[in-house]
Amino acid sequence: MISILRTIGLTFLHMFRKRETIQYPEEKVVLHPRWRGRIVLTRDPDMGERCVGCYLCAAACPVDCISLQATEDENGRRYPEFFRINFSRCIFCGYCEEACPTYAIQLIPDFEMAEYNRQNLVYEKEDLLINSEGKYPGYNYYKVAGLAAGIKAKGEGDNEDPPVDIHSLLP
Amino acid sequence: MSIILPYLLMIVVLLFTLTTIAAWLIWLERRMLALWQDRYGPNRAGPFGLLIVVADTIKLFFKEDWIPPFADKTIFVIAPTLIGATVLMSFVIIPYAPGILIADLSIGLLFFLAMSSLGVYSIVLGGWASNNKYSLLGALRGASQMISYEVFMGLSLMGVVMLSGSFRLTDIVLAQKGGWFIITQPVGFVIFMIAGIAETHRLPFDIPEAESELVAGFHSEYSGMKFGMFFIGEYLGITLISAMAVTLFFGGWLGPAFLPPLIWFALKTFIFILFFILLRASLPRPRYDQLMEYGWKVLLPVALLNLLITGGIVLMMNK
Repeated sequence: MISILRTIGLTFLHMFRKRETIQYPEEKVVLHPRWRGRIVLTRDPDMGERCVGCYLCAAACPVDCISLQATEDENGRRYPEFFRINFSRCIFCGYCEEACPTYAIQLIPDFEMAEYNRQNLVYEKEDLLINSEGKYPGYNYYKVAGLAAGIKAKGEGDNEDPPVDIHSLLP
Repeated sequence: MSIILPYLLMIVVLLFTLTTIAAWLIWLERRMLALWQDRYGPNRAGPFGLLIVVADTIKLFFKEDWIPPFADKTIFVIAPTLIGATVLMSFVIIPYAPGILIADLSIGLLFFLAMSSLGVYSIVLGGWASNNKYSLLGALRGASQMISYEVFMGLSLMGVVMLSGSFRLTDIVLAQKGGWFIITQPVGFVIFMIAGIAETHRLPFDIPEAESELVAGFHSEYSGMKFGMFFIGEYLGITLISAMAVTLFFGGWLGPAFLPPLIWFALKTFIFILFFILLRASLPRPRYDQLMEYGWKVLLPVALLNLLITGGIVLMMNK
């Protein structure tokens, strides 16, 4: 009996507590930087596309919502001809981000993507590309790649020695 | 005609007020529950979310009014009307303020007990006519709960009747001029409140509908406005038990003169309604057998003992 009265009293005291509710459209939820939300394609510090069209994200995607077509520019730099994510299928698992070898595809803390028309949830490359380096600032894939694709000449990349002159005997 | 007209007017006003109060109690309950659970509750539609009731009502009216093909159609339709009707009948005898009451019956208290017992027909018939095992279980529980708790409710009120010497509710209120019956009849009040909660089958004694066990109990098969009738009946029941508790134990309209009697009555009733909601926010539901055991093994002896002691004291005082 005493415990019942105590319960009632304690419940009554909750009246003076802080509310737990976040009044959503006016107040926003605090999302952590690595929260998995909307998918974006980032750029490298030179504002070139990071994506090299390796298809690993599309292969990793458990719901097959990513589709892309790789192509090459005149310097041999690979980039996607089109890059399409169907967000009505996407489950925001983040496997694409894990699979990406060039940090191109990233999930950002944003979930406000509601649409009246389902077709509007299919995002094309121009919708996905952002003018930012995302979570990995300073990373430039073609600077550390062994391939010269118009970004750097052979042997001029980061952590790279100039090519050895095989006709010289000097060390 | 000139005698009937004021009565008719009062009946219409009372009906309108009570149904409106019952409807807005839904909003009040949701807001207060939220308050006690660290939430906000409905606060979007209109000022303080008051218009949520209008939205709910429109929704209920536009829902499909479905009668299951396996149900007993006539009884299925009649059942929801009974609860509202019986509870509203009880409001006839409540003295709101001097002069503001519809019928000052000399057996007012008995009339109230009779009407609140009749309310169980709504549950039993609704559950029975639904032809659904969960509804039937709910109806069975409702019936047994009502029957057993009706006993203590009646017994707990007899102390009040002894002290005031009348079944007439105005007499009972006027007998409290010297001191409210809560002071002389605290045990009776506690038993009346517990029985009242069980009678209105409100949480924690909402065993007939027990959504975690019986889907929604006796009104599982109901939809649309028929469900709305059960809902309104429940809130009317809360108002009725609160009003009765105020009339019988807290001096009805009596109170310091700076507020009119009607306001005192409304204020006290409102506090009791809030207490009902607070109970819902804090207490878990007992098991069905625990409820019955508690009723017959604890409340019945206590009520009888209370009756005995009150009777003895009244006899002693009168000598």
